[in-house]
Amino acid sequence: MALTTYVEAIRQGIWEEMEKDERVFVLGEDVGIYGGAFKVTAGMLERFGEWRIIDTPISESAIVGAAIGAALMGMRPIAEMQFADFISCAFDQITNFAAKSRYRWGAGVPIVVRAPSGGGVHGGPFHSQNPEMYYVHTPGLKVVCPSTAYDAKGLIKAAIRDPDPVIYFEHKFLYRRIKEELPADDFVVPIGKAAIRRHGTDISVITYGAMVYTALDAARQLEKEGIDLEVLDLRSLLPFDREAVLDTVKKTNKVILLHEDTRIGGFAGELASVISEEAFEYLDGPIRRITAPDTPVPYSPPLEEFFLPKVSDVIRVARELYAY
Amino acid sequence: MNVNDVKPHAVPGGTIQLTAPPPEKTLHGMLYYMKLTRELEFRIERKLYRQGKIVGGVYVGRGQEAIAVGACIDMRHEDVVCPSHRDMGAFLIRGMSLRTIFAQYMARKTGATRGKDGNMHMGDLNLNLVPFVSMLADNIPVAAGIGLSFKIRGQDRVALCFFGDGATSRGDFHEGVNMAAVLKVPVVFICNNNQYAYSTPLERQMAVANVADRAEAYGIPGEIVDGNDVLAVWDAAARAVERARGGHGPTLIECKTFRMTGHSAHDDAGYVPRELFELWEERDPIKRFERYLTERGVIAPGGIEEIDKRINREIDEAIQIAEKDPFPDPDDTLKDVYYEG
Ligand SMILES: Cc1ncc(C[n+]2csc(CCOP(=O)(O)OP(=O)(O)O)c2C)c(N)n1
Ligand SMILES: [Mg+2]
Repeated sequence: MALTTYVEAIRQGIWEEMEKDERVFVLGEDVGIYGGAFKVTAGMLERFGEWRIIDTPISESAIVGAAIGAALMGMRPIAEMQFADFISCAFDQITNFAAKSRYRWGAGVPIVVRAPSGGGVHGGPFHSQNPEMYYVHTPGLKVVCPSTAYDAKGLIKAAIRDPDPVIYFEHKFLYRRIKEELPADDFVVPIGKAAIRRHGTDISVITYGAMVYTALDAARQLEKEGIDLEVLDLRSLLPFDREAVLDTVKKTNKVILLHEDTRIGGFAGELASVISEEAFEYLDGPIRRITAPDTPVPYSPPLEEFFLPKVSDVIRVARELYAY
Repeated sequence: MNVNDVKPHAVPGGTIQLTAPPPEKTLHGMLYYMKLTRELEFRIERKLYRQGKIVGGVYVGRGQEAIAVGACIDMRHEDVVCPSHRDMGAFLIRGMSLRTIFAQYMARKTGATRGKDGNMHMGDLNLNLVPFVSMLADNIPVAAGIGLSFKIRGQDRVALCFFGDGATSRGDFHEGVNMAAVLKVPVVFICNNNQYAYSTPLERQMAVANVADRAEAYGIPGEIVDGNDVLAVWDAAARAVERARGGHGPTLIECKTFRMTGHSAHDDAGYVPRELFELWEERDPIKRFERYLTERGVIAPGGIEEIDKRINREIDEAIQIAEKDPFPDPDDTLKDVYYEG
């Protein structure tokens, strides 16, 4: 069977939902004729026509605002941000109109905002950001960060079917680097459920997005030294899988929190709080964080290399923690 | 859109009545900077990028050189320019060195952002050059604020702000132009209308025929010029700058032009009808201006080859130096997030 890339998996997920549900439509910049800057919507204009694959002006706020309006009228819009960096231009619509609607007046806003995020692609400060935490800090939103092709497809479907607004961060670095065989049947990945990517006994690495592979690479190398990492992929950040987090900590008693996002206010801080509140007595060592430093994402390759958390960082911290 | 919806060409054999044509020195400067822009961007896009010496995105302004050059050539040092990603001429005229620019593109420590940012994201307050951020139209309210500071302090300074047709669809365009108009600040807004925003053609971007039509809604003058005619741009900009200096507030100048490339180096622009490229190739701003200057004897026979030689030499030298420039130290990542004394 053919292997499906991460980017193709997103495309398939959207495609299948559009085939099944005529309320689903896509709007964004260059999504139609061009098929999207990353080709996620390639071929869809021909199949679904220009009123379901809508090329918009460069107006992120209006793209999300219009998605909200259509959603309130019963549709299931998918709003594409050309890069996650530009989601800031739609911040107000997402965090005020969409996020607070159900709470205020009972009207759900079932939109999906797709946001190609992440570094490692020499994009510099404005084409590499990981802005998930602005949205994780907004009650009323859901936030997902798939790392595999299976999840990319399963989570986009879950997001489209979800009755509430979902911000879907797709990692650009993974688009064409990650591929796997996908089942032919219709499957979803439930929002809020983590997945163990590697079972281990010594230390848990809790992570998401492209950093899952950093953790797995480190685990393969540490295996030779007899250090056995468990790698937990959160998949969803809001809501996140509290049970899976606590379970892995209780199992290994040592934990590394790893993300590509910057440190202060990053998701690791929230995880560390939950772990120390609810599993403190299980810990046999300090909770360790590995994150990007608190700077913008720099452009020059040596700087970006320094900025991004690396396999060697995970190995170093794991050794320290193992010896603790 | 009808590409002929532009005022008659000033060159060649133009019909625009220039209030006072520029002195010869300015004419020579215009040609030099347009040609320098073209060759510099050719090296960046067709050589260094393809050789893998530039990583990430590369955007050039081929075919649009007359706009930044015409608008900026007569700026005073104390005036400020906020360029877009198609306005290399503005950086050159402001005095950013070729070495700094190549080093910027090749991510070196000696680049305009010391490796922190890439490509056109260059600025230097000593040159009164304020860099843009990728978020299109973000520079428009900023330009309004630059103009506001001149007004508050009674300074005889003007800000020039550039952006594309697509950028005018963002809320920041509306907010920035409106506020500048209400406060009557000395800013000239210059739209590079190259008729595409990435793959999106103009009619999919706006329901008005001209970007300049929007000016009326802000209560400011809007003017359409042939953006491939450096003299027409120069003339319109000069009048708008005078208006701004006189305390009459902003002007919106729409320069009709065409993006003679893909959106960026990786885009083959397959969605652009080939005839449009052919049509606009005939209007190439550099070839037209060369013809104009030689016909009038401003440039002697052989003069153009001289300029080309000079430009190639300057560029070769700058690349040689920039290629040997060091990359930033990894630790530099942590520097300058805040004031460090
Ligand atoms: C707010 C925002 N949305 C999307 C983009 C991605 N993007 C970069 S350039 C571009 C097209 C810009 O078109 P235009 O303003 O006409 O300028 P041109 O590139 O044609 O000179 C797009 C969509 C961006 N940079 N900023
Ligand atoms: Mg344009």
